[in-house]
Amino acid sequence: MSDMHDDTEHGTPSHASELSEMEVRVRALETILTEKRYVDPAALDRIIESYESKIGPHIGAAIVAKAWVDAAFKRALLEDASKAIAGAGHTRRVGDHLIAVENTPECHNVVVCTLCSCYPWDVLGLPPVWYKSAAYRARAVKEPRQVLAEFGVTLASSTRIRVWDSTAETRFLVVPMRPAGTQNWSAERLAGLVTRDSMIGTGLAKSPALAAGEAG
Amino acid sequence: MDGVHDLGGFDGFGPVTPEAQEPVFHAPWEGRVLALSRVLGASGVFNIDQSRFGIERLPPYVYLSSSYYRKWHLRLENLLLEAGFIDADELAAGRALRPGPKLPRGSVSASDVERLLSRGSYARPQRAPARFAIGERVRARNIHPKSHTRLPRYVRGRVGTIERVHGAHVFPDASALGRQDAEWLYTVCFTARELWGDEAEADLCVSVEAFEPYLERI
Repeated sequence: MSDMHDDTEHGTPSHASELSEMEVRVRALETILTEKRYVDPAALDRIIESYESKIGPHIGAAIVAKAWVDAAFKRALLEDASKAIAGAGHTRRVGDHLIAVENTPECHNVVVCTLCSCYPWDVLGLPPVWYKSAAYRARAVKEPRQVLAEFGVTLASSTRIRVWDSTAETRFLVVPMRPAGTQNWSAERLAGLVTRDSMIGTGLAKSPALAAGEAG
Repeated sequence: MDGVHDLGGFDGFGPVTPEAQEPVFHAPWEGRVLALSRVLGASGVFNIDQSRFGIERLPPYVYLSSSYYRKWHLRLENLLLEAGFIDADELAAGRALRPGPKLPRGSVSASDVERLLSRGSYARPQRAPARFAIGERVRARNIHPKSHTRLPRYVRGRVGTIERVHGAHVFPDASALGRQDAEWLYTVCFTARELWGDEAEADLCVSVEAFEPYLERI
C-alpha cells in the first residue's frame, strides 16, 4: 500500500511507493537473472508481445469457422486436430496433442484443468482468470450445469454434458454449434461469432443478431 | 502429492466470476513472470512437471491466497534457489552477487522465441503394447504418492471406461523427478454418479487423461 508519509520519511521518490510488492520482487529477480546472463530482456519482451498481440482466441475462431464451412476439414479436425490444422496452412504452428470435440444438440463439451490450469494456449492464448480460479476448477467436474448457468448458458435438459479434465499434455478445443441464420456466411464472417468461452464450453457461439447488436 | 492444488469436487469457493474485457495481463510484472518462466524452462532449469510440482509444493495457505502469477513467481524463486542458480542474499539485495552455474541448455535469445512458443511433442516411443483397449472398464488406482502425480483424487478408486488411446507420452510422475520414462496415455470416462454418488446428474460424464500406471484391471 502506498503511504505518502512513509515516502517522505525514507526519502523514496513517490513513484517507487506505487510499485506493488510483486512489481518489486519480479524486478529484483529479473535484474539478478539478467546480470547473470541467464535471461535476455529482449527475449522476454518478445514473448510478452506475442501473447498480448499475436496468440489469442482469434486463432481458434478461424479454425472453428473453417470447420463449420468445410465438412472434410471438420472430419479431419475431429480425427486429429494438430494434424488437420498443420495441413490447413494456418499461420502459426499449433502444438501436438490438440483434440477438437464437437458440441451437438445431444452433447455439450466443457474443458477444465482441476490440477493446474492447462489450456490450449496455441489456439486460445493465455487463459482468463476465471479458468484458473479455484471455483471453476473445483466445480466444473461436479456441477457443470450450474457453472454454465452462471455463465448465462442454459442447456436443454436433454443435452448431456461431457467434461474433459486436462490432466496430461493433451489439450482440448471445443467446436461450438454453428448458430442458426448463418447459411452462406463466409468462414471469415463466421469467425466473428466464435467466442473464446464457446471454445472452452462455457459459452455458445454468438447469434447473428447478438453480433449485429454489438457492432451497432 | 495430496495437495490443495487438486481441486476437483471441492465445495465452498463460491460462484465463478468472469471479468468483462479482461486484459491479457493485469499488471506488467505478470507478463515478466510468464516470460521468465518460459525462457528458464527452455534453458533447462526445469521441465514442465518440475515446474508444476514447484507450484504444488507452495504451502496450502499461500496457494489458495495467491494470484496465478504470484504463484508462478514464488515457484520461480524456489526452483532457482533449489538448483543453486541464485542465492537468498541476491534476492534480498536485488542484484547478482556472484556468477552462477551454467544453464543446462544456454540462455534464450530474442530470435529463439518463435521456436520456443511452439509447443513441443510429449509423445515417446512405446516400449510395450498398451495394456488396455478402447471400451475396457478400468479402475483408477488408489495411489497417494508424496511427489508429483497427475491422477486427481476425485477419480482414485473409481471405475471408468477407456475412451481413447493416445500412444506413449512422457510420464509426469517420473519427469518431475528428472526421468524421461514414457507410459501409455488414455482418456478414461467416469459417470458423475460413479464419482459423486446417486444425487449426481444422470447423463453427466467426466474424463481424465490417465497414464497406464494409474489404472488397473477390474
